[in-house]
Amino acid sequence: MTKQQANWSPYDNNGGSCVAIAGADYCVIAADTRMSTGYNILTRDYSKICKLADKCVMASSGFQADVRALQKQLAARHLIYQHQHNKQMSCPAMAQLLSNTLYYKRFFPYYSFNVLGGLDNEGKGCVFTYDAVGSYEKVGYSSQGSGSTLIMPFLDNQLKSPSPLLLPAQDAVTPLVEAEAIDLVKTVFASASERDIYTVRRQTRTCYHKCSWYPPGIHGT
Amino acid sequence: MNFMASKQPENSLLGPESDSQRTLYPYVTGTSVVALKYKDGILMAADMGGSYGSTLRYKSVERMKPIGKHSLLGASGEISDFQEILRYLDELILYDNMWDDGNSLGPKEVHNYLTRVMYNRRNKFNPLWNSLVLGGVKNGQKYLGTVSMIGVNFEDNHVATGFGNHLARPILRQEWHENLSFENGVRLLEKCMRVLLYRDRSAVNKLQIAKITEDGVTISQPYSLKTYWEFSAFENPAQGAIGSW
Repeated sequence: MTKQQANWSPYDNNGGSCVAIAGADYCVIAADTRMSTGYNILTRDYSKICKLADKCVMASSGFQADVRALQKQLAARHLIYQHQHNKQMSCPAMAQLLSNTLYYKRFFPYYSFNVLGGLDNEGKGCVFTYDAVGSYEKVGYSSQGSGSTLIMPFLDNQLKSPSPLLLPAQDAVTPLVEAEAIDLVKTVFASASERDIYTVRRQTRTCYHKCSWYPPGIHGT
Repeated sequence: MNFMASKQPENSLLGPESDSQRTLYPYVTGTSVVALKYKDGILMAADMGGSYGSTLRYKSVERMKPIGKHSLLGASGEISDFQEILRYLDELILYDNMWDDGNSLGPKEVHNYLTRVMYNRRNKFNPLWNSLVLGGVKNGQKYLGTVSMIGVNFEDNHVATGFGNHLARPILRQEWHENLSFENGVRLLEKCMRVLLYRDRSAVNKLQIAKITEDGVTISQPYSLKTYWEFSAFENPAQGAIGSW
């Protein structure tokens, strides 16, 4: 008797794009609002951004059920951390936790493409970019998701960040001011939505500033 | 001689016999469920057919059920899995009632529970083969969400499963607006169900419409939609392409 082949897939790609840009004292994180399956739109109004800690926000695209499970898992771990350490997790700490959580399911991965953004302990913007199984890197800016191939080269060109190939390694945060970075993010989604069917212009966006006392809310465009 | 015969435990993940425990494909299925938010709550519609492949085997299947005080669940896909979900929810609501603390699970909580159940079954490669629609009202807040068999979930002002996504959602995107009256909501749902009746081969002309408001759930008696078959395009469908069907 031949082995049964599965006639369903445990994965689906619900599409969308995410972007994060770090500056000297700010960080912008944005993601579009469309959720699709195949050639259909499931909903036009879905936020892919999740606040994990006071100074740390994650934007994820990919398979929505896995993204949701990952967000819940990280939120639960953060709560335990707060009970044990009596403080919020920093963005770099959350970055490591996310990497470990993803690798934990190395052999049945979370189909989730993540970008983590926030402020580090000194108030400088930081962005971490991931693949589905947890390899990650601190960068000055990143995009993930269906539009990332369209968005990333545009960011490379416009952000005027120092080249990652230079030695000694230079800090990759952009010299642009916050208003310019936000404008760039809006432009980026406008462009990606022209050619990527899974990305729309409309986005949810959040921005951290070093000076702001309270963690920011997530705004729609 | 075989004194070291290894015996597969019955519920192991290895071996072809143990795989017969897992769902491979659905057998008795229900087709689309369509739902929308209206002024006072949620309206949901589903026909009463249970198909066995291409045979219309059961014609009085209730695919929408009230859950607790505040929610209404509609399901498409495998009917036996839907019945199992109802058993899970029975237990959930029972335990909720037994706390006897004046609190009760709202539609958001039930939706979250269902999402976790569906996702966990998908993780074990033994899915509940359903697409679920969960609507309800609690403390004046309307809620309408959906979960698929692999755990994809979201909430929106109008949702549909299966063919409803292709045929009903576009109509709803065009004609839905906030604060629909009950009559207009029903009219809109009937419009969607009529299109599905014309074009979905597993649809039957015997449907129920359910309403959930702050006051509770009402599921209508089964009834049929009026259909019109005298469209000239139906009379000679191959007119524009002789030899086609």
